[in-house]
Amino acid sequence: MQGIVDAFKPLHDLWLAFEAFMVGPGSPGLFGYWMVIALMMTGFYVVIAHDNLVKKIVGLNVFQVSVFLFYILMAKITGGTAPILAEGIKVYSNPLPHVLILTAIVVGVATTALGLALVVRIRNAYDTIEDDEIQAVEEEEDR
Amino acid sequence: MMHRKVVLRVVSKFLIPPILLFALYVQFHGDFGPGGGFQAGVIFGSGFILYAILFGVDTVKKVLPPWATRLMLVAGVLTYGLTGVAGLILGGNYLDYNVLAHDPVHGQHYGILIVELGVGTTVAAAMITIFNVFAGQPGGD
Amino acid sequence: MLIMGLMALAIARIRDLFAVSMLSGIFSLTGAAAYVVLDAVDVAFTEAAVGAGISTVLMLGTLALTTRKEKLGGGRTKSTAAFLIVAAAGAVLIYGTFDMPRYGDRIAPIHHHVVPRYIEKSGEEVGLPNIVTSVLASYRGYDTLGETFVIFTAATGVLAILGRARRRREDEEADETGGGKESAS
Repeated sequence: MQGIVDAFKPLHDLWLAFEAFMVGPGSPGLFGYWMVIALMMTGFYVVIAHDNLVKKIVGLNVFQVSVFLFYILMAKITGGTAPILAEGIKVYSNPLPHVLILTAIVVGVATTALGLALVVRIRNAYDTIEDDEIQAVEEEEDR
Repeated sequence: MMHRKVVLRVVSKFLIPPILLFALYVQFHGDFGPGGGFQAGVIFGSGFILYAILFGVDTVKKVLPPWATRLMLVAGVLTYGLTGVAGLILGGNYLDYNVLAHDPVHGQHYGILIVELGVGTTVAAAMITIFNVFAGQPGGD
Repeated sequence: MLIMGLMALAIARIRDLFAVSMLSGIFSLTGAAAYVVLDAVDVAFTEAAVGAGISTVLMLGTLALTTRKEKLGGGRTKSTAAFLIVAAAGAVLIYGTFDMPRYGDRIAPIHHHVVPRYIEKSGEEVGLPNIVTSVLASYRGYDTLGETFVIFTAATGVLAILGRARRRREDEEADETGGGKESAS
């Protein structure tokens, strides 16, 4: 058991170094949020710049994961542990955002499924899943 | 076509029972370690989905007919809701588990267990239903 | 998280939708790893099961029903405009983060409203070691009830959208002999 723990030691050290970089005196401690924003904007870009509906849903998923990460980042307390009560541990990370995000993930997949179902239905009706082609078909029908 | 994937079939037969068992473990051990109704439901559902991918949706429908998944879908939500009503009848607030047993802490235990069971049932049924509907569609490229 | 960023960029660029859905599965799994290091074990568990498992399967199912390749196009003006909008929004958001509490700060306001009570009292009041479970099912039972209903509604919605389309097609094939016979799914 201890061997396994030791095997992951370098990885843990790496994480500690990263954490020190995020909260250290030199850095503003906001790097995590910036990463989240970068992810969020990538998802946003995919949603608005692509015509393919499946791609749009993937973009929404990326956006969604970035929001989850944002919540979890806020919940973290340096030196805290996972919020499961145990002897001799005083500092726990904030459990409330975990609860919110836990349910949000499952709801997210349910709504994703609903979106994909709509895509399949659109494909059945229009024979395409590209936004502009759907519009072209619509205009054709109007004429 | 299906009989050629011997490796997949054998491995899946080994894997599916542990997946379902693990789902139940996650469901009922969620009070102590990480886990709970949402995760357990998803894992339980994914066991059936794996089966459906390998052996076809119609085979799964023999094991778990559509009316059964829909019943589970409704039953889960109702379990949750009625637990709240039970608390109401026994003299507490809605979803107040303290009154479910003589000891408030025990009441909370029962309440959480039942509620998580409801959540798990609904989530598992929802996942299986959604997948079956997707996979049961005709056509495509 | 840097890996996640790179992967998101790849998702934005690749046009083969099969690769995109696979990547989004891996993206979720990396996210789950990130949740573990951020102490959110329950969330990581859910993300690994849901994001990497179910939603990838659903994406692939959709691709099987629709088409695998994304069409080239959109045009340069559209993507430039989109990029400008995104860059502006990102800049505003980054400006907003300067007022955020620092990462891992234990005096941030988020940790001081109802959470101390959950952490200190849930052991006595609910008696479960896992605080997330006790908050999820007991303190915030209404929330979870609502979420369960959302899932229920989503499943019902999928059934209404796709289950019915199939039935109509079968009716057409039946050539008005069977009428509105209930189909299996």
